[in-house]
Amino acid sequence: MKNKFKEFLKGLIKENPTFVLMLGLCPTLAISTTIKNGLGMGVATTFVLIGSNAMINLIRKIVPDKIRIPCFIVVIASFVTIVELIMKAYVPILDRALGIYIPLIVVNCIVLARAEAFASKETFLNSILDGLGMGCGFTLALLLISTIRETLGMGTFFDYKIKGFEPIFLLSLPSGALLIIGLLLGFFNFLKEKKG
Amino acid sequence: MKFIVSHSPHIQKKETIQKIMWSVSFSLIPAGIAGILFFGYHALLIIFLGTFTAVFTEAFIQILTRQKITIKDGSAFLTGLLLAYNLPPSVPFWIPIVGSFFSIALGKQIFGGLGQNIVNPALLGRVFLLASWPKYMTTFVKPNFNLFNFFKFDAITAPTPLSLLKEAKPIGVTYLDLFLGNRGGCIGEVCIIALLLGALYLLIKKYIYLYIPLTYIGTVGIFTYIFGPSGFFKGDWLFHILSGGLILGAFFMATDYVTSPLTTKGQIIFGIGCGIITSVIRLWGGYPEGVSYAILIMNLSTPLIDRYTKSKIFGK
Repeated sequence: MKNKFKEFLKGLIKENPTFVLMLGLCPTLAISTTIKNGLGMGVATTFVLIGSNAMINLIRKIVPDKIRIPCFIVVIASFVTIVELIMKAYVPILDRALGIYIPLIVVNCIVLARAEAFASKETFLNSILDGLGMGCGFTLALLLISTIRETLGMGTFFDYKIKGFEPIFLLSLPSGALLIIGLLLGFFNFLKEKKG
Repeated sequence: MKFIVSHSPHIQKKETIQKIMWSVSFSLIPAGIAGILFFGYHALLIIFLGTFTAVFTEAFIQILTRQKITIKDGSAFLTGLLLAYNLPPSVPFWIPIVGSFFSIALGKQIFGGLGQNIVNPALLGRVFLLASWPKYMTTFVKPNFNLFNFFKFDAITAPTPLSLLKEAKPIGVTYLDLFLGNRGGCIGEVCIIALLLGALYLLIKKYIYLYIPLTYIGTVGIFTYIFGPSGFFKGDWLFHILSGGLILGAFFMATDYVTSPLTTKGQIIFGIGCGIITSVIRLWGGYPEGVSYAILIMNLSTPLIDRYTKSKIFGK
């Protein structure tokens, strides 16, 4: 049981997709302007990750080795379509805010990397746990970045206006995203170095 | 007989970083005095806050990272001073503080301190402020030259000549006004004659050479003359040279040792590149002024210029 828990936990910090594996930085840079967007993107990606990891794990033995990548992409694309349609139906505002980045989860490196590196080799349960852990790690990273960018860059927290604070507009621009991610990466590397 | 084995360079001058940095700061004094005379005590406070925060941030980070404290070499002071000179005189007092902190912390110390920064920290701070609080950074006040009303600060907003040009409005400033500094603008950039005085001091001391400033200003002049608003070869080149932050940028910021090319050939390329980018932004870009962006872009291409303008090894 402890082993299983480890599969889930590693995605959160030790192998965090954004800050350690450096995967999926494109959506991270683009949509982390507000906390809502970050949360929406994180949840959508988590769903796709769990679904695709489970499905790819099931079909791993019948897929010929040479065409495995296209097969993985088809599976991932189906789950992304499910997410996209659900979001369009139930949270149209969020869907409009995230725009093209929801369909682009298909080519998100995290999803394909986990399918290739983990789900096609490990057991079914481990794959699901890995997908869940990676998804949560991605969501946490997005939440961290978007919280900093929204509070400092736009002067709001979950759309509540913070009084008496002049927002640093640069941080809600794309260059601000690069700046924040760079600083956080440096900070985490510093912590890691200090620890061991 | 005693032989001394040591590293190159073997020819040594008496100049030190400390001496050069303080001399550059010294040469900027006339421009600062002119700015204070035009814009009152508010400008003086901005200059003070900018330099103080820069020095304080440098010391703070160096204590935090357990490095040798190098605030005495004047480089942080100079960065803060240049940043303050690049601010409009009407900005709130927290603007120079935040800007100086950003300049030193994220423009210089994060790369490893003096000599390691990839772009001019003062300009980086200015661009950060411009992108973050454009409201404050693009509001200028009318100069009010009065020796006796030092403490009177009346904030009559006045656009800079360049922004008037951009909006195709009558400018109403003579060349003499531009030369003496009687116009809206940043604290240190308005008084051309004071800036030239400082630049002359540096040139005589041989701390800077004319290659970058001359090619920079020359390119802006030629470019704006050729692509005038009313047809080819009809541009108002003198206006473009005298307005904005061109003189301050060309003499004091483009010539920064760390971020400009090493060879003469490279420096000429650097100056021409700065000139073209500045003119393009001024003539067709979205901003009225492009000096800071031009210098930053050329700072970033300095390693590339250096690579292609290596001087030939003698005898090869």
